[in-house]
Amino acid sequence: MNILKKRYIFFALSLLIIIPGLIILGVKAAQKNLPLSIDFTGGSLLEVQFEAGSVPQPADVLALYENFGTRDAQVQTTESGSILIRSAFMDEPTRDQVITAMKDQFGGEVTILRFDSVGPSIGKQVTSRAAIAVGIAALAILIYITLAFRRVEHAFRLGLCAIIAMLHDVAIVFSLVAFGSLLFGWEIDALFLTALLTVIGFSMQDKIVVFDRIRENSNVLRRLEFEKMVNHSIVQTLQRSINTQLMTVEFLLLALALFGGVTLREFAVVLLVGLLSGTYSSIFIASPILVVWENREWRTWFHRPERSGA
Amino acid sequence: MLGLILLLTALAIWVDSSQRITITNPINSQTLVDRNVATRLGLDLQGGLQVLLEADLPANTAIDAEAIAVARTIIENRTNALGVSENVIQVAGDRRIVGDFPGLEDSEAVLAILQRTGLLEFVDMGTSPVEEGTIIQTDYGQTSTAPSGTSTLESTTPGVTPAEASPTPSASGTPEATATPAAEAPTIYHTVVTGASLKTVTVVRDSTTGAYEISTVLKTDSAQLFSDFTGSHVNQYMALVLDKEVISVLIIKNQIPDGQGVIQGKFTSESANALAIQLRYGSLPVPLKIVETRIVGPTLGEDSLQKSLIAGVAGMIIVILFMSLYYRLPGIVADISILFYAAIAFAIFKYFHFTLTLPGIAGFMLSTGAALDANILVFERLKEELRSGRTLAQSVEQGWKRAWPSIRDSNIAALITSAILFWFGSTFGATIVKGFSLTLAIGVIVSLFTAIFVTRNLLALVLQWFKPKNYSRWFGI
Repeated sequence: MNILKKRYIFFALSLLIIIPGLIILGVKAAQKNLPLSIDFTGGSLLEVQFEAGSVPQPADVLALYENFGTRDAQVQTTESGSILIRSAFMDEPTRDQVITAMKDQFGGEVTILRFDSVGPSIGKQVTSRAAIAVGIAALAILIYITLAFRRVEHAFRLGLCAIIAMLHDVAIVFSLVAFGSLLFGWEIDALFLTALLTVIGFSMQDKIVVFDRIRENSNVLRRLEFEKMVNHSIVQTLQRSINTQLMTVEFLLLALALFGGVTLREFAVVLLVGLLSGTYSSIFIASPILVVWENREWRTWFHRPERSGA
Repeated sequence: MLGLILLLTALAIWVDSSQRITITNPINSQTLVDRNVATRLGLDLQGGLQVLLEADLPANTAIDAEAIAVARTIIENRTNALGVSENVIQVAGDRRIVGDFPGLEDSEAVLAILQRTGLLEFVDMGTSPVEEGTIIQTDYGQTSTAPSGTSTLESTTPGVTPAEASPTPSASGTPEATATPAAEAPTIYHTVVTGASLKTVTVVRDSTTGAYEISTVLKTDSAQLFSDFTGSHVNQYMALVLDKEVISVLIIKNQIPDGQGVIQGKFTSESANALAIQLRYGSLPVPLKIVETRIVGPTLGEDSLQKSLIAGVAGMIIVILFMSLYYRLPGIVADISILFYAAIAFAIFKYFHFTLTLPGIAGFMLSTGAALDANILVFERLKEELRSGRTLAQSVEQGWKRAWPSIRDSNIAALITSAILFWFGSTFGATIVKGFSLTLAIGVIVSLFTAIFVTRNLLALVLQWFKPKNYSRWFGI
């Protein structure tokens, strides 16, 4: 099985998924309309359940919000008959007034399913600190891989390839959310952040397992051409990659099938795709980049169409 | 080795299935362990309220770590008084405090209490003290100025102060709750001084009896006032009142001329310190404002909990079936070690009072993946070695040896990530990230332990007892 032979096809495939998503996000960013939840932007989210059969019209709810001077309200009806209202930051007393007014105006009991209220300053800090934390984690892993693989030639290169492949997974996940926001109104929220962290953790673990085989084989199969040796390593670990992926993902598929709520479904889909990408990128991105680097193939990218190698 | 594994399993199952564990030393019947190990569910699984408080000071003001810690204690005391169990109040970073109130339905009561000012008063109780915990009315702040002297006292400054009664009893001590003021007309008690006039409050130990006492010194301008008051009220009662709630009742034993008083009572080191903190910081040392509120209704939480439980159990069953069908004999060993892993990890979560949240479950799931991966790595290696014609014993040994570096390195990488995320989560109050990284880290450590001690030894043991002749059948080659 020669996986590496088709490496440029795999690269193209990944770019085909990543680039459109990033373009969507870019356009949204330009419009100042990134699908960020109140966890990052600040604001309030109120989800209420009305007694059966008495769901009010969104326009009425908006009017009610305006009466209390809360701006930027958006109303969304969920499948389970509750309504979700996003708005600018709303404090506790205002919320009480709103709920009381809802009871009076729309009749019947009103149950609060969820109320989140985040001050605007907090959200921005979460975003930047989360990025810093992921950055530091990536750096620490790079250092660790360089140390752990120091007996292999170009240990630093292995680390960098692992990080590139991990970024690939992050990009895939963001691309997925971009499409999700376009099609289903998904938002990037704190739960998404958790899913992303899980994907990053899994991706790094997976890369290390594959690279460990390369580390081992580079001693045993010294005579073999680098590309063949890497390909051999991938094939050897393939069964394990598939089984581990099955195991971990199976859990999630189930979660996906069973979790009903909109928020959790988004979480499960992001995890599912992200973990799949984590395994995929170990085999089809990280290791091929290693070979591209070893062969310095970029020298031929713009000259000759035919590629060297087996 | 097998004995140790069995012992650990038994311990873990005990913790997993109990609400509270107690171990008594059989020889002297001393209690060695007495711990509540009830499962703590996060807000997202149980419903409840989470509040993030931030120091209400300009962003570049440095805030004393001790001040934040004290504010946390005060908030904890205040909210505990509500009788809500399982509140968790934590300092997050250098200027924030996160409060979790799982299962809470009445968010308004908590929010009201958090925003309370924290006014400490020394109140004249006359000869009939009320019970601790009673809510009373005082005249402080009712007339436009401060406390005015009732009787003999002249109110010097508006912010008059209290002092100490050198009185004895307090705490659970003496005076049995006497007369509660007649119900009809609520008594309005007179405030002698407020917490603003306390200069220092220290906990000391009596050199002869070793009892804990609280020594207090009043600011000069209040000392005279206090001296007059205590002089004219010897053998009467005085109460410490925090936000109109009586927290301690004291007897005035004699006049306190110089503003230096001592509070005696049946204090433990802890209760003395707690009271001292209340005296010192009746009002919060740092002004706090609520910057984030999250409320999850009980229905939503219950729904999420149920679904994740079903998903977890169903997922576990599928994994167990897959492993035993695909890897045969070693797969069954792996199943046992995965169950062991789950039991141990869950026992640790319970014993150390981790709060289980959805992100926490995600972290746990990822580490379960890692635990399975360790087994899969070893077995794939084992099969490779068997195929290359080695004997069974050699293959087991080699399979383990060769798989180990990748298990070790990948798990260390996961630990590095979780450590950094934990640091981020806790300095920032991002409880979601913290919960995730903590369960991930614990899970990874337990899975490493399981891989080294359980899978390996169990496999060796099984092969010893039972020497399969036909590898391909038992090992699924």
